[in-house]
Amino acid sequence: MTPRDDGGAAASGVIPAQAGIQQPLISLRGVSKSYRRGGQIVPVLNGITLDIQRGDFLGLMGPSGSGKSTLLNLIAGIDKPDAGEIFVDGVDITRLGESELADWRAGSVGFVFQFYNLMPVLTAFENVELPLVLTSLSRRERRGHAEAALGLVGLADRMEHYPSELSGGQQQRVAIARAVVTDPKLIVADEPTGDLDRHSAEEVLTLLDRLNVELGKTILMVTHDRRAADRAHAIMYLDKGELSSAGDIHERSVREARL
Amino acid sequence: MKPVPLAYSARNLWTRKLTTALTAGGMALVVFVFAAVLMLEAGLRQALVATGQYDNVVVTRRAAGNEVQSGIERSQAAIIESQPEIAIGAGGVREVSKEAVVLIAQPKHGTGVPTNITVRGVGAQGLALRPQVRVVSGRMFRPGSTDVTVGRSIAERFDGVGLGARLRFGGREWTVVGVFDAGGSGFDSEIWGDGEQMMQSFRRQAFSSVIARLVDPAQFERLKARLEADPRMAVDVKRERVFYEEQSEMLANFIRILGLTLSVIFSIGAMIGAMITMYAAVANRTGEIGALRALGFRRGSILASFLAEALALAVLGWVAGLGLASLMQLVHISTMNWQSFSELAFAFALTPGIVAQSFAFAVTMGLAGGVLPAVRAARLKIVDALRAA
Amino acid sequence: MNSLKLILRNALRHKLRTGLTVVGLIVAVLAFGLLQTVVDAWYAGANSAAPNRLVTRNAISLVFPMPLHYREKIRAVTGVRGVAAFNWFGGYYQDPKNFFAQFAVDPVPFLAMYPEYHVAEDELRAFLRDRKGAIIGRKLADRYGFKIGDTIPLQGTIYPGVWTFTVRAIYYGADAKTDDSQMLFHWEYLNETMKQRVARRGDQVGVFMVQIDDPQRSAEVGQAIDALFRNSLAETLTETEKAFQLGFVAMTEAIVVAIRIVSFVVIFVILAVMANTMAMTARERMPEYATLKALGFGPGYVARLVFGESLAIALGGAGLGVALTFPVADWFGAELGQFFPVFEVSAGTVALQIACALGVGVVAALLPGRNAARVRIVEGLRAIG
Repeated sequence: MTPRDDGGAAASGVIPAQAGIQQPLISLRGVSKSYRRGGQIVPVLNGITLDIQRGDFLGLMGPSGSGKSTLLNLIAGIDKPDAGEIFVDGVDITRLGESELADWRAGSVGFVFQFYNLMPVLTAFENVELPLVLTSLSRRERRGHAEAALGLVGLADRMEHYPSELSGGQQQRVAIARAVVTDPKLIVADEPTGDLDRHSAEEVLTLLDRLNVELGKTILMVTHDRRAADRAHAIMYLDKGELSSAGDIHERSVREARL
Repeated sequence: MKPVPLAYSARNLWTRKLTTALTAGGMALVVFVFAAVLMLEAGLRQALVATGQYDNVVVTRRAAGNEVQSGIERSQAAIIESQPEIAIGAGGVREVSKEAVVLIAQPKHGTGVPTNITVRGVGAQGLALRPQVRVVSGRMFRPGSTDVTVGRSIAERFDGVGLGARLRFGGREWTVVGVFDAGGSGFDSEIWGDGEQMMQSFRRQAFSSVIARLVDPAQFERLKARLEADPRMAVDVKRERVFYEEQSEMLANFIRILGLTLSVIFSIGAMIGAMITMYAAVANRTGEIGALRALGFRRGSILASFLAEALALAVLGWVAGLGLASLMQLVHISTMNWQSFSELAFAFALTPGIVAQSFAFAVTMGLAGGVLPAVRAARLKIVDALRAA
Repeated sequence: MNSLKLILRNALRHKLRTGLTVVGLIVAVLAFGLLQTVVDAWYAGANSAAPNRLVTRNAISLVFPMPLHYREKIRAVTGVRGVAAFNWFGGYYQDPKNFFAQFAVDPVPFLAMYPEYHVAEDELRAFLRDRKGAIIGRKLADRYGFKIGDTIPLQGTIYPGVWTFTVRAIYYGADAKTDDSQMLFHWEYLNETMKQRVARRGDQVGVFMVQIDDPQRSAEVGQAIDALFRNSLAETLTETEKAFQLGFVAMTEAIVVAIRIVSFVVIFVILAVMANTMAMTARERMPEYATLKALGFGPGYVARLVFGESLAIALGGAGLGVALTFPVADWFGAELGQFFPVFEVSAGTVALQIACALGVGVVAALLPGRNAARVRIVEGLRAIG
């Protein structure tokens, strides 16, 4: 994954497959987003251009308010940019209508949030099964997938427990099971270890690593935890609406140190 | 569009038990009032309509509001009796009862408050014309005597009307010789005796009304047209059932209008309760809504889920409210019928129609209270909802 | 920052929730007030009764008449100042739905014993001169647009046939309690006409209104009158006007009781709503109450905050509800004028409305207030609501 300078947007919304060249899973072209805050328009993302390859495990860091969650939200299809295109597996999701986006999310993206966002009134099993309700699988098939996902995260014996009966780390693992149960291409994680103690954070990060290495899931993780970022395979920095890679930052800080 | 699992809505109601109980409880009270009012009106109509036979007619003086205010001279009664549409029974006797209806005041059981009771002096065929009337204790009055028989409601609700008791009116003493049951109809609230005896003691020359059975109920219109056009008398001819239905109209209308107005006003309170509860539910679960939308559930499914929760509250309220209301069937009301100025006892009657109407009422309350909060939930932007969590 | 300001600011934090609760309270207080006023209106007749008036009627039932010659005998009883024959006419104007009270009376003694019916001198004289004349109440005149000189044809029900009267006077009730939607006409006219139409119904009086000198002696005078007619064909029962009016109410007692009960049901409905609101609000504010306690405020202070907020909302709703009761009652009274000639919101009703609202405010805050006072600081700070 590298930030590119050229714009080169495809007009039809789909990048045609080019023989012999590995298509990036995610491609952003000139993506910009700003928010209205108390009457003022605050630009958050500025013409971002980015490619993420299949199987990448990317960490995204930056000062607070730098727009890293915003970028994550745009790629995950829960927000729309003001300008630019976002291609995921060849599909320009900025052109999808709201219902199409919903359907797309159900099949293509898995979410992991800082505060888990599990339904407190559903058991761990039911929470993991929830995304499958959106598919046309039968009840038995759903059960099979959900149990497998829970087994994957090591919580098969806690299926019938409610979130309030689980520790923070366990709840996050249930959330991860929920994120992978539909076998999505992409997993987005927004501060997944933000609310966890060191031991649980370690468990969660190891799990994400396994998903990436063993199951080939592409993972995009926003974090401000240096330790979490170290587990990613590469780190991008977002500052004042612009992306730069680890190498650039290192150069910049060395330059500044010399001045 | 795949719906959010119902278990989600149901368990949320179960988790917040106090709030669910209070909100459903408010709705239950309103459903109770609504159903009880309809049951009261139905009970009133049942009591009075059951009073009438389809093939009987009642003849009263024109524009008289009730039998007490009506007068039919003997000569006029004779003309009515001789009409061809009127059935002839065993022994060639015309199935006609010329009746004298008066009011007396007796103290009510418990309070001792003097209340008007209808006393009906019936003709020889009076009992035959009312097959629903059966003696349950003692015996029926003997024609030509000063015996009287009291209706079941009167026996239960009034002092001084038991078997063997003597009533004083019309300058004579009358002895209670029995109690009759008239199948829950208006006659249960009357005292019956011999018509001619009553006419004599009150020195009357005119009957109150003439009741007659038709040979063929279809001939009613013909009889009515002829009698009402007859220049020798000014009368109203009505089917017995219609006559008694009209007797209840003022009271029934009053109950219905007052009751329904009250129910509607109360329902506003219950709806507000539902609205407050559902708005709070949406506010507390904003994060969950965001997560559900992120997972791929549509706005419509979110809307439906919260509406379902509001409806579930309403249905809970309906079950409790109707349950309470159905207990009212054990209660009997006795009051003065405004049109006849006399005592009328009736009960709360639960009909399938009332069950359905109260259900519709409850559902409407739930929908009206739940729609705005559900719309708010559906309109949340995903990123805002997730941020607020 | 005093606690009152804190309470009010808290109440306004959740504008939608507070607003909805206040609307609910307004509706409940209004409904309660209207129902109580309906019950009061039922007793209007009894409330407008005067202690120096007695009513003599046939002992068996009001529906039976008494002979005319009783009038002079009653007049002769010691303690009696005046006697007026009084027959309920019971007709309707054009349509059976248009009914109003019509009374055939002996006008001179009647008006003497009803000083609250104010009639202008010249109009009264015109009425006395015209045997087919009628005195109508101001409310009745307004309702149908009758003016002096208009003819009113009435369809008789008890007294059959069409009867025509000419409006000669309009009376005004002395105060709001007096029913000014009645029509009075000459008893003599009724009697003469009946003697012509149906002879045997002549010289029959429905009720005698009796004016006595000394209200303290009403029981004695009443018994003296009844003694005159014991063992005759038409025995009498004489009672105070108030007892007579209450007798009517007693007959429909079941309905009055039902309405009273139902008026309290609405209070319970709003109690459920209010209790729900306060429970939710207090639960969400637990961290704040815990914080206050950590800062050193005692449990009593925190409980007072909860009660204060509940009462503030309750009184706000009650105030608006009471204010609205008056115009709505006016409208009600105009619409249902036929059934309730007198429809006034009494001070007692307002007091009851406020008392109920206060009660609701207190009861709704009991459980949440107790929980808030008792919250353990550490737990409360941790709770996210």
